[in-house]
Amino acid sequence: METIVTGVLLGGTYALVALGLTLQYGVARIMNLANGETFVAACFIAFWLFASYQLSPLYGLFVIAPAAFVINWTIYVVLLRPLVARAKNPGMLEVDSILATFGLLFLFQGLMLRGFGGAYTSYAYLSDRFEIFGAFYGLNRVVAFAAAVVIALALYVFLFWTRYGTAVRAVAVSPGAANLVGIDVSRAAALTFALGGALTACGGTLLSTFYTFNASMGVVFTMKALIIVIMGGVGDVRGAVVAALILGIAETSVARLVDPGLTLAATYGLFIFVLLVRPQGFFGRRQA
Amino acid sequence: MLKRTSWTLAASVAALLMAGGLAAAQDTLKIGASAPKTGPLAGGAAVTHWPNVKLWVQEVNNRGGLKVGGKQMKVELIEYDDKTSGEEAVKNIQRLATVDNVDFIVTPYSTGINVATAPLIARYGYPHITTSAATDSVAEFAKRWPNSFWLLGTSKQLAEGVAQALTKLQASGAIGKRVALVNVADAFGLELLNAGKPALQKAGFEIVYEGSYPLGTQDLSPIISAAKAAKPDAFVAFSYPLDTMALTDQAQVQKLDVGAFYVGVGTAFPGYAARFKDNANGVMGVGGIDPESKDIQEYRKKHKEVTGADADSWASATTYAGLEILGQAIERAGTKDKAAVIAEIKKAPFKTVIGEVNLADNINHKVWTVGQWQSGSFNGVASADLPGAKAPVKKEAWK
Repeated sequence: METIVTGVLLGGTYALVALGLTLQYGVARIMNLANGETFVAACFIAFWLFASYQLSPLYGLFVIAPAAFVINWTIYVVLLRPLVARAKNPGMLEVDSILATFGLLFLFQGLMLRGFGGAYTSYAYLSDRFEIFGAFYGLNRVVAFAAAVVIALALYVFLFWTRYGTAVRAVAVSPGAANLVGIDVSRAAALTFALGGALTACGGTLLSTFYTFNASMGVVFTMKALIIVIMGGVGDVRGAVVAALILGIAETSVARLVDPGLTLAATYGLFIFVLLVRPQGFFGRRQA
Repeated sequence: MLKRTSWTLAASVAALLMAGGLAAAQDTLKIGASAPKTGPLAGGAAVTHWPNVKLWVQEVNNRGGLKVGGKQMKVELIEYDDKTSGEEAVKNIQRLATVDNVDFIVTPYSTGINVATAPLIARYGYPHITTSAATDSVAEFAKRWPNSFWLLGTSKQLAEGVAQALTKLQASGAIGKRVALVNVADAFGLELLNAGKPALQKAGFEIVYEGSYPLGTQDLSPIISAAKAAKPDAFVAFSYPLDTMALTDQAQVQKLDVGAFYVGVGTAFPGYAARFKDNANGVMGVGGIDPESKDIQEYRKKHKEVTGADADSWASATTYAGLEILGQAIERAGTKDKAAVIAEIKKAPFKTVIGEVNLADNINHKVWTVGQWQSGSFNGVASADLPGAKAPVKKEAWK
């Protein structure tokens, strides 16, 4: 029981890491390698707000998420839209966006080094005990999990129950066809990219309450997010959540029942298995 | 277009000439430094390495520089980021030696990168005073590269220190014989485990849980719950900063109450005490300082003033001491000749912030091995050959 709860909590953490990239990669079609840097930047801002203004990270979300939205919107419009416009096919856009965001990665990393130095940072927030079925868990992890659930549900409702969400999904499936039925593809993509950035920032804010981070750790989070996004099926929010939960439970079970040294092996073993059996991911569509 | 290019060229040539001219006019000692500013080890280097380089250069220059054969020479520092990569570090050292033509170099950071760059540093003939490399191979390395000096001790010393500290605690009745032993699965963690496990067993302890986890893991609650299930009296983890924080956090959340709680690298960081506050009290880890030492007190005060941050209580002072030794050896030799400085380092002991250091056989044998947070100070509670160890105290239950 304890293993499952721990695994589910970890899954929630992973979902927070991956949801933003799902939107950016799956819908806006931008493989954002600087995703992890956005994540770590949010960690730092949350820490800074907490340390300097005693602003709880939960309230910090209301500052950080809109800011990330605006910044990511700007990045999309200024830097990435020209790439989208000149790309002749999705493959070209993918390569171009990888190169461009690779540059962004270093820019963000450099800025964070300037601003916050290279040292490890962590702070105590809600690191109290929370009891579930007689075992103790960190309250901050439980809160992050709850937030992950709320965010994933809100996203689900937006994508599947609203008119604009349907338009966004249409763009994900086929930008060309979406354009034909009168959807402003460029605007929808910008919005999704910005939304993805805001979600990533939310994840960073929440995880900063129990992770130790420094300016050069972004790539760790990008890697994890990428695995989850590909496992779940590119562009499908449900897939990402399911993949995150499966990874969380698998890692925890392996750690508890087999050997904690094998968690990474379990992650990548699972990843390879999914790629072999269902290359398009859990909820992905087979390429035509 | 052509015109603009030639203008740019001319301007840069002029700038270079001016820079060169200035450097030649002043008598400066060029010292090169290559260490991580980015990459996985940047976090540790930002606490332990770079601030001390900055502090030492500033101290020396405030004094008017180093006295080299009757001439006062100011120190000019040239620093590069090795991105925590051995290859990058090798390129940096090459550049420092052949392009920047530095007179001396500061040691790179971490065991791995020091070993990776040692052959090249030996080839260029620089004294290589390592202050952040703890490995069991130091005797072998010192023999292989006679220009290299090893100040931080060996994994074996560090691991045996744990057995020493636990034995003291057991003798005082604070803990029983059951130990949970955990390590990070990389070279450092394994070396410590391989030395620590037999040392603990020899001291009569029973290992009731053993586990390892991959480098960089921060989700360690399964380890803590498994360790807790084994009902240990002491918890020992040979860990790195990230996992040190995560293990402590989980131990606190899951109330893994043991009489002795030891976590590895990072426990000595000021950030650790800041993060865990009262709960840090009684936690043991790698390192330690002699809180009574006037030199250490003064060093820590200056460190705070100049760099704005507290020194850590393990390799920080050693890093500074390594630079002191370099400076003193240059002054004693009275020349920039590298071979003469190396000979001087071996010749006589040095007075440093970590006490007297004797490098006759290229190795510093006197090191603090285990420290314990005791009301805000990370006091040495076990050491190899150093006096002044405090008695370890029982870890109180987590709040």
